[in-house]
Parts: sequence; C-alpha cells; structure tokens
Amino acid sequence: MSEINETEVLEEIHAWLEVNWDPNLSLVEWRNKLADSGWGMPAWPKEWYGRGLPDGMVSAIEEEFQKIGAIGVARAGIRMLAAATLLEHGSQMHKEKFLRRILTGEDTWCQLFSEPGSGSDLAGAVTRADLKDGKWIINGQKVWTTSAHHAQWGLLLARTDWDLPKHKGLSYFVLDMTQDAVDVQPLRQMNGHASFNQVFFTDAVIDPEYQVEGLGDGWKIATTTLMHERRGADGLRRWAMGTNRPERAYVEEREEIAHAMAPYKWYPQRMGRVDLVIERAKETGKYDDPVVRQEIAKLLTLAKSAEWTARRARAAAVLGRNQGPEGSIGKLAASHVARLGNHVHTMISGADAMLTGSDSSMDGVIAEILVSTPAISIAGGTDEIQRNIISERVLGMPKEPRNDTDRPFRDVPRNLIR
Amino acid sequence: MSFSFTDEQTEFRSILRRFLAEKSPTTEVRRLMETEDGYDPDVWRQLSQDLGVTAIHIPEEYGGQGFGFVELAIVLEEMGRSLLCAPYFSTVVMAATAILNAGDEEQKRALLPPISAGKNRAALAFTEENGRWDSAGMAMTAKAVEDGYQLDGVKSFVLDGHTAELIVVLARAPGTAGDNGLSFFTVAGDADGLSRKRLQGVDDTRKLARLEFNGVSAQLLGSEGAAAALLTKTLDQAVTCLANEMVGGAEALREQALDYAQLRMQFGRTIASFQTMKHKSADMLIDVELAKSAAYYAAAAADGDHDGGEELGAMASLAKAGAAEAYMQTAIHTIQIHGGIGFTWDNDTHLWFKRAKSSEVFLGEPSYHRELMLQRWQG
Repeated sequence: MSEINETEVLEEIHAWLEVNWDPNLSLVEWRNKLADSGWGMPAWPKEWYGRGLPDGMVSAIEEEFQKIGAIGVARAGIRMLAAATLLEHGSQMHKEKFLRRILTGEDTWCQLFSEPGSGSDLAGAVTRADLKDGKWIINGQKVWTTSAHHAQWGLLLARTDWDLPKHKGLSYFVLDMTQDAVDVQPLRQMNGHASFNQVFFTDAVIDPEYQVEGLGDGWKIATTTLMHERRGADGLRRWAMGTNRPERAYVEEREEIAHAMAPYKWYPQRMGRVDLVIERAKETGKYDDPVVRQEIAKLLTLAKSAEWTARRARAAAVLGRNQGPEGSIGKLAASHVARLGNHVHTMISGADAMLTGSDSSMDGVIAEILVSTPAISIAGGTDEIQRNIISERVLGMPKEPRNDTDRPFRDVPRNLIR
Repeated sequence: MSFSFTDEQTEFRSILRRFLAEKSPTTEVRRLMETEDGYDPDVWRQLSQDLGVTAIHIPEEYGGQGFGFVELAIVLEEMGRSLLCAPYFSTVVMAATAILNAGDEEQKRALLPPISAGKNRAALAFTEENGRWDSAGMAMTAKAVEDGYQLDGVKSFVLDGHTAELIVVLARAPGTAGDNGLSFFTVAGDADGLSRKRLQGVDDTRKLARLEFNGVSAQLLGSEGAAAALLTKTLDQAVTCLANEMVGGAEALREQALDYAQLRMQFGRTIASFQTMKHKSADMLIDVELAKSAAYYAAAAADGDHDGGEELGAMASLAKAGAAEAYMQTAIHTIQIHGGIGFTWDNDTHLWFKRAKSSEVFLGEPSYHRELMLQRWQG
C-alpha cells in the first residue's frame, strides 16, 4: 500500500468541496454525491462509498467540511450503528440495498436488542424467530427502542435455538418495521417524556436473505453493534448544530435535526446541568450559604476533573498511545456528576424544587433535572455494568462464577417478574 | 493545553520510579520515620547530585535545571508513591518557591544555588499555633533594628523546621493587621534565640516542628510589606505540588489493594472475584484518575498552560481538595480490602493512610480549599 499523505488528502477534499458543494441541492442529492465520491465516509472501503483512509484522518477531513459549510452524510439515530454492523457482517445484497440509503438519510433504523426481561443481560433475549415455510416468523417484545416509530428497518436480535447455551442460540436479522405485525408503542418515562418505544411482534415475517450471517451468529454481530455504540458512533450523543442559512440543503438539515432530536430535549438535563449552578445559586441567594457553597464546590471539582480525564483519554488516543484507565471511566463519572448536580440543584431551589412546569424555575428545566438524572446511570450500560467492565477489562479482576452459560438456554432460570 | 506527558517526561518519570523503588522501600521508610531527622543524607545527596531533582524548577541562572511545575509535579507524584522520607517538599517546593517569588535578584543568586545543589536544606515557616494557613492569621512580629530585623513569636506545623539550615519566615511589622505589613525574612537554622522542637506527628514520614523566636536576627527577603500576595502565590504552587504528591500515594494504595484482592482466597475464590470488591476497585480507579487529572491540570496551569479564563489559584484549590478526598478514601478502602491485617502495624498500608491524613490537613483541609476555590472561581 502506498503511503498516504495527509496534506495531499486535505488538499484533495478541499478542492473537491470547492467544485461540488452546492447548498441549493436537496440533502438527498448532495448526499448521493458524497456516497459516489467516498468523501462522506472517508474511512469506509472504496467499494462501499468510502475512500479507505485511516480513522485518524477523519476529523481533519470533517474540518474541511466545516470550513466551507458543507453538510455531511446523515448521522442521527441508530443508522450509523446499522451501517457499521452491515459493513462488517452484511451480505453483498445487504450492503447494496441499505448502505447508500443510510448515508442519504432516506431510511431510518432502530435497534431491537433490549427486552423487558433482559437489559444488562442482553444475551437473555427471549423474542423468538421460528422458521416456517421458508420464512422467519418473529414473536416477542423489545423495549427502549429509539426511533422505532419512524424507522423503516430494525436490527433484530432473536432466539433461534432454545437447546443451545444462551449466547449460541441467538441470530441477527434485518426486520421490515413497516409491516402490520410490528406494533410500536411510545414508552412514557418518569419525567413525562416518551423518547423511546416498546415494539411488539405478532407473527412478523422476515425473508431468509435478511438474516445477517448464519444461525447462532447473533451475539457476535450484536457485539459489533454495541462496540460501535460505545465508541460513540451513535449520532444521537452529539448535539447536531444546524445553521440558520436559507439555502435548501440547510433548511432540510434543520428539519432533519429537529425531527431526530425532538424526543431528546431533556437529555442535557439528565446530565445534571452543572453549567446552571452558579447562576442559579446567585439568583436564589443560596450562593452565600456556606453549606451550599461546599456542595457547589464539590460538584465543580467533580465535573472539571471528569472533563479533564476525558481530555486526557482523547489526547492519548490522538497520540496513538495505549489508552490508559482514564478512557474507561467517563460514563461512570458522568453518573456521579449528574447525581451530585441533582442534589445541588435541589439545595439551591429550596421549596421550588417541589414544583414543575410553568409554576417552577426556568419554566420546568430545573424540575426536569430533578426527575431525569436517574437515566444517566442506567441507559447505555448501568453503573453496575460499567464497574464490571472496568474491574474486568482494566483492572484484570476475575469474572464472577455464573450459572447461565453451561446449559441449554431453556433450562436457565428466567425472570419471575416480567 | 496538551493533556499528555511528552516522551521525555515519561522517561524521566520511569527513571525516578526505579530510583525510588530501590532507595525508598517500606523497610527504609520505617527505618527513617523512627529517626529524629527523618531522612537519609546519602539518598538526599544522590537525589540532588545524581538526579538533579532539587534543582528541577529553579531557573538556570540560579544553578537550577529550568524546568517547570509539570516536571516538579512528576517528581512529587513519584515521591508520594514511594513515601520517600526526605526534606524535599520543605526545601524545594516551599522554601525555594518562596525565595523565587519574593527574593530580589541578589538574594536569589545567593540563596538558590546551594538549594539547587542539595547543599542547603530549607523550610518555610508561616503557620502559627492557631493552625491558620492564610497570611492574615500571622501574629509574629519583625522589629526593625540597626543591622536588620528582630523576630519574636512562635511558628508551628513547620515542615522539617527542626532540621532546616535556612528558614524562610513570614512576620509582620508591629501594629499591623490582616494582609498589611507582612514580609518574608530569612533566618539561619542555628540562629541565637531560636529554639526548635520536633512535634509528635501522626505521620512520621513527614516531620513537623514548633519554632520559638526570641529576638532572633533576620534578613528581609524581597520588599518590605509585600508578602501577602506572594505567600498566596507560593501556597497555590505548593498546594498544586501537594496534590500531585497525594495522587502518587493514592495510586500506590489502589494498586496494593488490587494486588492483595487478587491473592487473598476466601470461600474458595479470590476475593477479587466478588462483585463487591470489583465495584469498590472500579470506584477507587475513578477516584484516583479524576484526582490525577485535576492535579496534572493544576500543574500545567502553574506553568501557564491552561484553557484560559481561569483563576489559577482556584485550580490549585480544586486539585488539592480533590486529591485529599481521593487519597483518604483510597486509604480507607485499602485498609478495608485488607481486612484485619490492614489494621496491623506490620502491614504497610497504614504508612500511606497516615500520609493521606497529614496531607489532607497540611496547607488546608478540603472544605477550606473548596471555599477558597469558589471565592476565586471565574465563569
């Protein structure tokens, strides 16, 4: 392989954008150009809408997009997890049928993994896929499904063999979400929002060519999806910032962002809103209370230390050094910040902390913090699972003995409460 | 702001770590903490002459190496890890830094080269029997006399004050109060009228002394009446260094606890396989890594490398409060993980536990620094 010269690559993308970027195109027209040129996903292989460039070069290329104001490929929702998974495990047909429409934003995807009976213990899924007359018939229930209400396609983890140990009896499918046998219901959370869905399958149908890899490969492929989720490929985690420019592509991008982000308006609040603390304490007069001041200072210490730890991890990654322990603790640190943020906002608000909506401070934003922070220590891997990951993978401590992997799944004790 | 160490800094750290592992095993720590002076002159000589660490942050024109607080912080983190018993924090971090901040050119040229060379051990005496860490709490008077000044009063909690050959002292002009009228002075350790007594400490690896001044002759260091702001600056720098020393100790404890848990068998399993131990260990990692990040940031900020828009003193206090809590918590967990043996004198854990306790309080306990941090918070 010839040496890749970063400067030449950046000159090339700059020149390409100068010629091709046109904000008066529709988003789909523009993103098709990105797919054809490979500049939308430069680290993807050349035969699949990429340019085969190293991952490390992507952020510099994205900067060239920003300089000229060019919009990138669609990223919101689960679509990038679907794309990464299909790129690695999908068939030729899957790649041809799905990848381009993921990048253009024409198709929306959802991830059908979690179930009421299996959250942290994802491999305990009991949604079943049975082969009848040459079709897979799906029955069961999934939960916490982002975007399911407007998704065309779902990544489904389902059990195809009950006589094998739990991880071996799972298979992975692409499910057509638009069929009648798929019933999507919003799931209302304790903070009143409904950002996720429950999905019920009653004899839903999947053609065999929509299975990804073979029977029993489900857990392996799900691991790929989850690895990409942890790496932050999930576009939802970053708050896309549209611009106010009037051209067609920008208008469409604003609509796309608003549509994708609408259910997640409370997400900043679940982080504890440390940014509001000093201003709020000054407003309520609690900034002069020495007890409150101690708690505010503890919160700022924790939040700043967590931020600097994340930056140490990023600096190590940029230098190509082995990521030290600082890379694994961000999620857990965020839980601590959110919990303490909740505590401090409560102290600052006093009696107002009992109120919500228009009767409360900042038109309900403070109340939303107080009832949203529990999410951060559960979603995307509970604090307990994070601690297991840290202790096993970073500290090298042994796994606990378990009694669910050495026997047929049908003999594994299951939830008494469903 | 780089958020990473250079290859040279990492190499420097590993040289120090090897040296200290060899020269400061816990057998040596235990031997030295029983002595009056609390250090080994031979190791002190090697530290200064072979490794040059007594000169690390002193500019080259004063016989130093001309590095910054980031490099000094690396030294301290490694010394904290190995619990080195030596008059390093008193001489290099406190006294030399005070002289750098307060001294005039001639004084710096006279006082700093012997410190750089490890030939002069020094201390900074500012706290008094009321235990206050701020300049306004100082009562010791400095009366102008014919050939200099005459000091009267008592200093306490003076790190290595009983062995220092040079003592930098904070005192005030008679009749002044608060931040006014404060000046730095230098006094010889064996000056007439100075009586020194080592205090019995919880942490014998760090020796504290009470110094009584009865008409002791002293030389003014720097400008008269200008010491309050310079003491604040010196303490911000010292507190940053102490935070780095503390995270070194905390990490050593964290690793010891993990090693022990991996070896200790109960109920037919290593105790490291119990989820309660795993979760505690993960929490300890987070505590220590977060405290390290703050300590490193404060050290870089002391060298002028920071995000901007921040009061550096606030960053120092943040790092101190964070490191103190993390060190003490890690020490508590480490004893708990060891169980009964962790509470014995023969087990080494208590050596770090006690250093954690003395470091938590020295230069101001966490709630003091949290208040200080908020007073100086910007943004």
